[in-house]
Amino acid sequence: MSRISSLPSESLDFRSRARALLGSEEAAAIRLGTDRFAALRRQAEGEYPPMEKMRARAGDIRRHTVAHLGHYVSRFVENLEAVGGVAHIASGAEEACAIIGGLVGARGSVVVKSKSMLTEEIDLNQRLEASGHRVVETDLGEFIVQLAGGSPSHLIAPAIHMNRAQIGRLFADRLQAPYTDDPIVLNEIARAYLREIFLAADVGISGANFGVAATGSIVTVTNEGNGRFITTAPRVHIAVLGIERLVPSFSEMAVLLEVLARSATGQRLSVYTNIVTGPRLPGEPDGPEELHVVLVDNGRSNLLGGVFEEALSCIRCGACLNVCPVYREVGGHGYGSVYSGPIGAVISPLLFGEDAFGELAYASTLCGACLEACPVGIDLPRMLIAQRRREALAGKIPGPAASLARRYSSLATRPSRFERLWRLARLATWPLARGGFISWLPGPGRAWTDHHVLRRPARRSFRRTQGDRQ
Amino acid sequence: MALKVQLFVTCLIDGMFPEVGVATTRVLERAGCEVDYDVRQTCCGQPAFNVGLFEDAARLARKFVDEYSSTTGPIVVPSGSCADMIIHHMADLLDDAEGVVKGVTSRVVELTSFLVDQLGNPALGAVCAARAVYHPSCHGLRNLGLSYQPKALLDQVEGLELVEIEGASDCCGFGGLFSIEFGEVSAAILDAKLDRIEAAGPAVIVGGDVSCLLHIEGGLKKRALPIEVSHISQILAGQ
Repeated sequence: MSRISSLPSESLDFRSRARALLGSEEAAAIRLGTDRFAALRRQAEGEYPPMEKMRARAGDIRRHTVAHLGHYVSRFVENLEAVGGVAHIASGAEEACAIIGGLVGARGSVVVKSKSMLTEEIDLNQRLEASGHRVVETDLGEFIVQLAGGSPSHLIAPAIHMNRAQIGRLFADRLQAPYTDDPIVLNEIARAYLREIFLAADVGISGANFGVAATGSIVTVTNEGNGRFITTAPRVHIAVLGIERLVPSFSEMAVLLEVLARSATGQRLSVYTNIVTGPRLPGEPDGPEELHVVLVDNGRSNLLGGVFEEALSCIRCGACLNVCPVYREVGGHGYGSVYSGPIGAVISPLLFGEDAFGELAYASTLCGACLEACPVGIDLPRMLIAQRRREALAGKIPGPAASLARRYSSLATRPSRFERLWRLARLATWPLARGGFISWLPGPGRAWTDHHVLRRPARRSFRRTQGDRQ
Repeated sequence: MALKVQLFVTCLIDGMFPEVGVATTRVLERAGCEVDYDVRQTCCGQPAFNVGLFEDAARLARKFVDEYSSTTGPIVVPSGSCADMIIHHMADLLDDAEGVVKGVTSRVVELTSFLVDQLGNPALGAVCAARAVYHPSCHGLRNLGLSYQPKALLDQVEGLELVEIEGASDCCGFGGLFSIEFGEVSAAILDAKLDRIEAAGPAVIVGGDVSCLLHIEGGLKKRALPIEVSHISQILAGQ
């Protein structure tokens, strides 16, 4: 069964997925959502004069942590265990699922979750459900996506691809609620439904925005309070985070929090900043009896020391998605990976394989809006080109681009041949041109003329006009 | 004595927009420069570089460096994208133990930056009575920081009415070979831009890169809109 409800199949290439999505109701919802997020981010940055300085500091902190990752992982593990937590390190998705499955299996049957892209990455829900557990997503967006049987289409707004009428119909169908498209009423329906489950849950599984190495703390930011609920009410809390998502100490975390919410949603701070340091101690009124933290590598450490190391600095705010012209047209599902947009195009092939995801590097106009928006200054255009280089070396440049670029470049090495190219192009387009414009071209040119017209090459190239002048 | 500059017109201007080369020459001359044009020049190699074919791009980079290493003075490029390619990527493609490559690429400057940052926005006496939308192309804007320069130049043009559109700095969707590889997506991005242009109702779209203008023009003509595209040099030349 395909997990992407609105798409024919996950195995398609980018072009086919994009074709299915362009102009769809889903694409319209994405456009609306990304416009809103991007505008909120710009406004928040405008109201925060130190943004540029903080962006640079945040970038330095992330790069430093990643460059000394081994050290900070050891410190984190040490300090987590000192406050009574249990650390687990999983090298791959399978191992991570096995660890979490083992922890859950012995401790209850109802699992509540707060938002975690990493658990999407390792397909944890499916694994737990296959073992007979009931797994309920409690982030509203994730809850909607789970009810719809779909997959998230955005790093921080999993249901950005759905409009409120669709959500109203979904709730009516799956929760037997009276139909409404009023967001406040829809929120109340989800809240009432989830409350019972929160109280009945045995285990809470959360993601984490940061792990603090100096104290072994887990930091999650949310806007709904669900993250705080599931990390305190159930008897057991399991936090799952990428091995790279650490910060040295609270002072560095404070810098990252300054840029995270502003870049993600345009907020100065998310509504809830939840810091968990160890399980409940004797005499404390609340908190879980057990705290487990699963640090998942799943290919991340392969990036260390190479040209892609910088990608590990990502704090998953989603700002690069909201400004990416390609993401804004096709949305997350167009990428066929749990991570979409510019950052997804860079890390998906590195984490999940070149074969399925290498072509995503070409799904970009290299406009640079992602780098401009990134709160930690990741040079995504540079890495997209580095990724294209890998694809080129493997002979996997998609479509006609390789042969076009090769032939054009080869002709351009000699001015006389280059001049002939333009003359031939002028002659060959004579029967196709009307009023100086070509509306149909054969072969690869059709990709252009299917959508717009093309100016006809000039009667005399600039070279010729100059040659005549001299 | 007139400042001697080398003009690298870029391949698209050479074959598709020669009038832009003519206008650029005129503007540079009006700004008091003596313009030298090497007829051997072709392409900076960006099409190959952007798809990952670094060897093919390196051959053109070598050609570029060889042709300009015997000259001196600024190398003016009427394209933010090609100037960015030369300034930021060319040296990485070549072995540059003697610093010859950097010596050449560090002389490269985009046209509007040259006019404003190096020549101090000289009076050009341009006249153009038209309502215009300026499209800041991505590489010039974000990689070269061209923001105030085009505006400073256009502000001097008598009769020109500049209108700002919403999302002015959004990409037009061209992306070089991206427009062929993923034509549908490229066209969808362009459509959003055209809707905003259409709403502003200009007579002309002004830009600093003919590549983006080629793409935008194709969409405007397909919609049969009475809007022309114009390289900034054409406006400054008063054409």
